[in-house]
Amino acid sequence: MFLINCPYCGERDQQEFKAGGEAHIERPKQPTELSDDEWAEYLFMRKNIKGVQFERWNHAHGCRKWFNMVRDTSNDEIKAIYKMGEKPPAQ
Amino acid sequence: MTKNLRVKSSEYIDETNRISFKFNGKTYHGFKGDTLASALLANNVHLVGRSFKYHRPRGIMTSGSEEPNAIVQVNPGTNRTEPNVRATEVEIYEGLEASSQNCWPSVEFDIGGINNFLSPFFPAGFYYKTFMWPASFWEKYEFFIRHSAGLGKSPTSSDPDIYDHRNIHCDVLVVGAGLSGILAAKNAAKNNFKTLLVDEKNELGGSTIYENNEFNKIDNKAPSEWLKKEIEELKNIKNLEIKTRTSVAAYHQYNYLLAKENLTDHIEAKDKTNKIRQRLLKIRAKKVILATGALERPLIFNNNDRPGIMLSSAIKKYSEFYGVACGSKNVFFTNNDSAYESALSLYNKGINVEAIVDIREQSESKIVKKVKEADIKVYWSHSIVDTAGYKRLNSISIMKLSNDGTSVTGSKISISCDCLGVAGGWTPAVHLYTQSGNKLKFDEEKQIFLPNQNSSKQISIGSCCGDFKIDEIIKNLNLKLKDNLNIKETDLDNIKVEIDQENSKRNIWLLPSDKPLGKTKPFVDYQNDATAKDIKLALREGFRSIEHVKRYTTTGMGTDQGKLGNMHALGIIADTADVKMGELGTTTFRPPYTPLTFGTIVGRNVGKFFDIFRRTPMNDWHVENKAEFENVGQWKRAWYYPINGETMHQAVQRESKAARESAGILDASTLGKIDIQGSDASEFLNRVYTNAWSKLAIGKCRYGLMLNEDGMVYDDGVTTRLDENHYIMTTTTGGAANVLGKLEDYLQTEWPELDVYLTSVTDHYATASLCGPNSKKILKKIIPDLDLSDENFPHMSFKDTKIGNIKCRIMRISFTGEHSYEINVQASYGKDLWEKCIEAGKEFNITPYGTETMHLLRAEKGFIIVGQDTDGTMTPIDLQMDWIVSKKKYDFIGKRSLYRSDTMREDRKQLVGLLTDDPNIVLEEGAQIVSELNQSPVEMLGHVTSSYFSPNLNKSIALAVVRGGKDMMGKQLFVPMENKNINVTVANPVFYDEKNERLNA
Ligand SMILES: [Zn+2]
Repeated sequence: MFLINCPYCGERDQQEFKAGGEAHIERPKQPTELSDDEWAEYLFMRKNIKGVQFERWNHAHGCRKWFNMVRDTSNDEIKAIYKMGEKPPAQ
Repeated sequence: MTKNLRVKSSEYIDETNRISFKFNGKTYHGFKGDTLASALLANNVHLVGRSFKYHRPRGIMTSGSEEPNAIVQVNPGTNRTEPNVRATEVEIYEGLEASSQNCWPSVEFDIGGINNFLSPFFPAGFYYKTFMWPASFWEKYEFFIRHSAGLGKSPTSSDPDIYDHRNIHCDVLVVGAGLSGILAAKNAAKNNFKTLLVDEKNELGGSTIYENNEFNKIDNKAPSEWLKKEIEELKNIKNLEIKTRTSVAAYHQYNYLLAKENLTDHIEAKDKTNKIRQRLLKIRAKKVILATGALERPLIFNNNDRPGIMLSSAIKKYSEFYGVACGSKNVFFTNNDSAYESALSLYNKGINVEAIVDIREQSESKIVKKVKEADIKVYWSHSIVDTAGYKRLNSISIMKLSNDGTSVTGSKISISCDCLGVAGGWTPAVHLYTQSGNKLKFDEEKQIFLPNQNSSKQISIGSCCGDFKIDEIIKNLNLKLKDNLNIKETDLDNIKVEIDQENSKRNIWLLPSDKPLGKTKPFVDYQNDATAKDIKLALREGFRSIEHVKRYTTTGMGTDQGKLGNMHALGIIADTADVKMGELGTTTFRPPYTPLTFGTIVGRNVGKFFDIFRRTPMNDWHVENKAEFENVGQWKRAWYYPINGETMHQAVQRESKAARESAGILDASTLGKIDIQGSDASEFLNRVYTNAWSKLAIGKCRYGLMLNEDGMVYDDGVTTRLDENHYIMTTTTGGAANVLGKLEDYLQTEWPELDVYLTSVTDHYATASLCGPNSKKILKKIIPDLDLSDENFPHMSFKDTKIGNIKCRIMRISFTGEHSYEINVQASYGKDLWEKCIEAGKEFNITPYGTETMHLLRAEKGFIIVGQDTDGTMTPIDLQMDWIVSKKKYDFIGKRSLYRSDTMREDRKQLVGLLTDDPNIVLEEGAQIVSELNQSPVEMLGHVTSSYFSPNLNKSIALAVVRGGKDMMGKQLFVPMENKNINVTVANPVFYDEKNERLNA
């Protein structure tokens, strides 16, 4: 059970949060211009890394804000947390 | 046979408080402070169970939670009965009853014991090899295995006890209250750290509290005396909370630990009432100090499992702590000095110690000298090659050990004895350490796995990190505490420690016998009956990974998780495969360290607190009017309202007819309601729904279909424009929370530029849906001032009005195809509104209807229910709802996916109506649909999603998804059932009032 430092509320138990998959996958601005393959790339393809991964999390039972997390999936160490729209920290 | 083996008065046993208890139906006596194990041993009862596979007689082996054999059923036949409890952990109380497990009909005469003599036929992997064939026999095998395995019986009536959860946040958690844990907790608390000290035992002090080696001294005092003074001082320290009878079961990431605090298991049944039995502590600690100690290892030799063979340290604890001698003729078998302490403990109390068999060549420590002075015979360089005695050890045979330790030589010496203490050295209890995610390292010299790292958040101290001698324990923990807690000085800086310096140890994982391994039974895992032979067989059969060997031989897979034998299993594998232990690694220790009861895990979340129920403001009315209820998500919704003993079918038919013929009323309060405001609200709706919203006039309502980005239907509902920048969206009852979450996600992450605010108002409004040809008249009675003409208040429009002084929002929308109104009032007025409608509707025979009738009425109209007629694989096109998908809009969620090659396939499953040739046959929902009956294998075209007998059409109707169904109108298909094939015809899914004439009726 992680302890997650919500950028709006501070440290809270993982129970209050919902994981939202890989971060920094932007919804295409002009979906109709994309080929089936390009749309499928956006829609279905995720990296699912063993190691350092950029993820979206939501403080579902708190402030309900979405934010980004850098997590090492091999040991669950949270390396960084930053708000939506902010640049990911250099690795 | 009930000879009393109580040998001295112990300060931990209250001999003035005599307790009677029953074991296997027989009454025994013990004292307050005894465990079931110590009390049985005092009554000379060693035989307490049978082993799992061979049903060999087994006795009490240890004095703690690592016990593999003495597994008992506590209070059998009562509603408080608990299986798989270790007798070494049960504190006795007046009236306690316990019985052996894994034996039938009794522990003395056990039918499964025949397996022992058949044991050549039960090799490693026996279950895998035998019971897998033929597959159809598995059920029979399973019955046999379960019946004879006898892993205890769970209670059959509900648990009378109360359980609880508690969250604890502390600066420092110290796990284990032995010497090192007590010193750590004391110094942490004294330095203003909020400290929690927990121990699984009922007394503090660990093994030091009954330490008897007279050559060890702390500040010139016996360590036990010195430690008692320290424990006394703990009482006066602020910031320190101590919890005994509390075992840490799990150590998760981020220093989150779960512990079980036992509160009433040690008291009489009559005193348990209204008390919390066990409490789950959810501990979040800034720092964790592990002081979990070490477990003594047994030795692995032929027939090392007979009742009377115990850990040497256990014999010492029973003697020193409980004042019980485990035997009257004792022998010890050892590879290190600790057995000598146990031998002296008995000797000093006048108990006969026949001999010590030591696999080492010699030892020069003071305690060994002392034993020699006591004229106890020591056999150096000897090993036990066999033991005898079926239900109780009666003798051992020893032989001289060869120099390399792989064979025995010379003549066999037989020693008569009734108790054998084995001492194979110490294994640090690193279970919690590894659970926390950290790695172990192997210490070649000490032949133990040790914690590989300390961090600012976690340290290991004392014997769980390989410090076994008091001087090194105190020195090292002092350094670690200062470093970890950042403190300059402690009261340990100037402590003087004297110890008996001798560490010689000879480690042989598997001791040889004069017989070949195939003819011996050296048990490695007592509880699962895995022998060294099984492990070697697994290696011969090609298993290499320790994890595979473990599963194949079941070594370490019992309820004790192999706390005693795992190291030997590893050692034997390493020796046999000729690899280093460090390279072999160890198996994973998984939580819980000791078993937890279900009660502890669920805590207060039982009965009506098991899950949250949501009830509508009209709920009391439904209850008073005898509604049957249906669970929809967490909601309790009125399902149907039977009168005069109607069946569900009869009630639903009546309700459905009434709603179409005159008037019906439905409690629709559970529909999700999301208030949407902001200057970009219209644009937002354009993006989330498939149809266009910009041109919806204020005061109008529109039905919307929401897709996932993959193009599949996700939710639907009616949204009303209340004002220029203000909408109220309704969602399905079950989808409300997820829809809000999804919309928030898009707003925050994809479209942060939109000025839109979302608020869930589901619970703020109560909704009564009034429907039927007389609904207008009823509404008119309630709000006489409101102009209900089609011109002023047409279908799909909204009025903000008042019923008396109560504000209400009325939407003229319909989910039944009838003229109908959804009336929304502030939730607290919900019941008033409902009763007003019922009162006003009396003259029109207004009929309350539940969710089942609602489903039937909408099915007559071919309206879908998301989640019933869709399953996450249906596009709007599949649903034949092309009309709601805007071609003009550039984009909306899921639009692009509607043009993928897969979603554009013509032969996708599509929603159609189905009519049975025999109008009285109602199809089963979920039934498969085929076009050919004589095909093999038959091709499934789809399935029935909704099916009812329609009272208004007087025939059976169904909705179904059928591959290519759109082009099958009028086609004959079949629904094959178990006993018959039902002929069906594909039809238009709108069965009733196809032209929607009733909406304005
Ligand atoms: Zn937050």
